[in-house]
Amino acid sequence: MTIFIIQVLNSLFYAAALFLIAAGLSLIYGVMRIVNLAHGTLYALGAYVSAWVVGGAVGHAMNGTLGLAGLLLLLPIGAIAIAAVGAAIEPTLLRPLYRRPEEYHLLITFGLLMIIEDAIKILFGGTPLSAGTIMDHMGSIPIGRLLYPMYNLIVVAIGLVAALGLWWFIYRTKFGVILRATSQDRRMAAALGINVGRVYVQAFAIGCFMAGLGGAVVVPAQAAVLGMGIDALVLAFVVVVIGGLGSLEGALVGALIVSLVRTAGIQFFAEIELAVLYLIATAVLLVRPTGLFGRA
Amino acid sequence: MATVTTTATPAEAGAGSFLRLLAVAIAILVVLALLPGLVDSYQTVLITYGLIMAIAALGFNLLLGYTGLLSFGHSAYFGTGAYTVAFIVRDLGAQSMELCIVGGLVGTLLVSALFGFICVRHTRIFFGILTLALSQVLWSLAFKFFWVTGGTDGIRVAYAKLTLLGGLVDFTGPGSFQRFVFAYYYYVLGLFALATVIMWIIVHSPFGKALQAIRDNETRAAFVGISVRRYRWIAFIISGVFTGLAGILWVPLNGLTTPDVLYWPFSGEIVFMSVLGGFRTFAGPIVGAIAFNYLKTYAVASTEYWQLLVGLVLVILVLALPSGIVGTASRLAARFGKVPS
Repeated sequence: MTIFIIQVLNSLFYAAALFLIAAGLSLIYGVMRIVNLAHGTLYALGAYVSAWVVGGAVGHAMNGTLGLAGLLLLLPIGAIAIAAVGAAIEPTLLRPLYRRPEEYHLLITFGLLMIIEDAIKILFGGTPLSAGTIMDHMGSIPIGRLLYPMYNLIVVAIGLVAALGLWWFIYRTKFGVILRATSQDRRMAAALGINVGRVYVQAFAIGCFMAGLGGAVVVPAQAAVLGMGIDALVLAFVVVVIGGLGSLEGALVGALIVSLVRTAGIQFFAEIELAVLYLIATAVLLVRPTGLFGRA
Repeated sequence: MATVTTTATPAEAGAGSFLRLLAVAIAILVVLALLPGLVDSYQTVLITYGLIMAIAALGFNLLLGYTGLLSFGHSAYFGTGAYTVAFIVRDLGAQSMELCIVGGLVGTLLVSALFGFICVRHTRIFFGILTLALSQVLWSLAFKFFWVTGGTDGIRVAYAKLTLLGGLVDFTGPGSFQRFVFAYYYYVLGLFALATVIMWIIVHSPFGKALQAIRDNETRAAFVGISVRRYRWIAFIISGVFTGLAGILWVPLNGLTTPDVLYWPFSGEIVFMSVLGGFRTFAGPIVGAIAFNYLKTYAVASTEYWQLLVGLVLVILVLALPSGIVGTASRLAARFGKVPS
């Protein structure tokens, strides 16, 4: 029973991180109709920046001057940095391509993926970066006879708050209305006086922020390593394909399904765990190409 | 290299320009055939890699350039070809390269027929994601079933064990590597020429024209009686088999097959090659594959950060030269051709 609870908690932890990545991917596709292949690498960059900031702060601060709360507040710096990167990428690289076929969108984001992948190597080197201090400071809570890291529960909470916040933002604010209007009919939105260019920059930056936040919350638990973004992207793809490209609820449900299958897979059928995930995605695409929650 | 770009004559041609095309093609073939005598063996190996990748890109472009379907999972067919050869050599102890080719082609035929059957149900972005997801199924299997596939270590395929042309050419005794490089170059060149001719015939046949009709307007194509999905499926299979042939030929030269050739960034490289050369032209993917091979080789040799360099080239290419090397060259040629008249 204890093992079961811990596995459920683990899968919720994975789901929170995956949801953050996939929601960004889905938001960008929903508004701009761009499948951002560099999204996973932006998540990795967020993880690196956060780990670097936290590591630097721990190294420089005098003992005790920087409490746990201070460290936790430093974490989102990674997410903000990635949002800034996104705000720089959209007007320079993506805007010239909206009128072109979608092959070019995939290609330019694939080029970006390669560039950012190596930029990470140049900036942070090949050794893994960790922000494990935060996790160590948090301690653990007992579950049955075992101890479970408190930090994982915080991540689940962050994932929930992010999901609610994003939902509120998109469905309950004026900006959300503008965002949805632009995603449904770009020309009509422009005709109504909406500055579509600015909405696109904002949407892309928010999507990148989510990716960066995903990296930031994961890095205290798992060190940032080279190639983590490429792995993450394919998983995020599976999530949005199951849930439906461009759907927020879909990203949430997809993340839960994927992380449950992964956790069960690692326990019971480790060899074909990844294959099963891709096959689920394939099956969903065949039966419902728009995903469980997608619109046509 | 520079000579290859001259094939950039428009594909739609009359009888007179067909003869000219034939003459240019034969001239290029002669130059390629003389090359190993002029350059050292390292360059010969590089060109061999380039020609192999050209076969892969040629196959890929039947889908992207002629059928209008962007596959982001062609690593699956390259990898299937490569792994089938590795299994045949390791588990069946086969030595004949021809046997490996037949076995590998059957393997990729089966896989691409199955995957294609699933993927052609969708187009556009969903097609791309389906091909990607299916290729990752194969990757994760090759990655995890290490007692079958060797995991990340891959499977070794030693060239010395293989024979070409039904045992006429073998590679034992001293100086065997030089002999292998020399002989294998001509072997690949022959198959490359054959593949190019077959592909040229396919895209100029009624079947190829039907594919282009589907690409340009699916509804009208269906209206004139083309069964769109079946044509797409057949194009998918042909495309996969060509890419599989490239994987088959790649293994003995590389000496090793690893899950990397099944991983999705490798599919991205195949897409890159076609766009680099220009996917709207027949010769584009060939030029692009050879150029990409040089670009990557020199980028890897000169800097640790080769991905950065290659990525920058791709970004600049997409922004500034979307029609690729051949497309741009033929546009320039057309412009300068008009000046005298």
